[in-house]
Amino acid sequence: MADKRTYEVIFIVNPDAEDAEVMRLSETFQKIITDQGGAISKTEMMGRRHLAYEINHKRDGIYVLLEVEGSGKEIAELERRMRVNDRILRYMTIRVDEDRRRADKLKDRRARKAKRRPLRGKARAEESETEAEEAAA
Amino acid sequence: MSTNFEERESSYGFEREYERAGMPGRGPRRMQRRKICRFCIDKVDLIDYKDVKLLQSYVPERGKILPRRISGVCATHQRMLAEAIKRARNIAFLPYAAD
Repeated sequence: MADKRTYEVIFIVNPDAEDAEVMRLSETFQKIITDQGGAISKTEMMGRRHLAYEINHKRDGIYVLLEVEGSGKEIAELERRMRVNDRILRYMTIRVDEDRRRADKLKDRRARKAKRRPLRGKARAEESETEAEEAAA
Repeated sequence: MSTNFEERESSYGFEREYERAGMPGRGPRRMQRRKICRFCIDKVDLIDYKDVKLLQSYVPERGKILPRRISGVCATHQRMLAEAIKRARNIAFLPYAAD
């Protein structure tokens, strides 16, 4: 499949790691992606967080988020590398382009609907209420 | 079990007005109002699994997903919410089970 996909890769690094080590890991992973032909559109160091449950007897973890654009092959390689790296407590990849497209579609539809039937004041408030009820039913 | 559940319900802001409305003669009387989906009002199209604060308000102490009959969330948004909560659990933002 040649189409471009967007993924969000989030991984948790061992809390004993120094900041420099986390940076180094993140850079290594970014290099893997670019070597495979993917592109990094965003990196975010989410920092040290308390884990909701223990992973490998650790109560904290350092979260790093990458946003990757590519075909999916890079993700396979990246996940393989993360799996064998014992500094990575956990990772998760989520495909976000489909969800975002869907969200845009919904937004679009709502905008068009609002334009088609311009309501004002009280009528509008009632409208949004019945809409929500319809959705709940 | 059932009493325990009711206690938990009432600890949720969503429920308070609703309960009062359901019991005539106790407290200020109110019209029974249909609960409205918060996400529809805010026009949310995407629920992010990283938004832990938001998700936490739909995960009671025990760690289970709050049913929509209690929160009043619409079907579409409950689906998104459930997905986001499950993702958040995977990456240890939220517990699978508490205590």
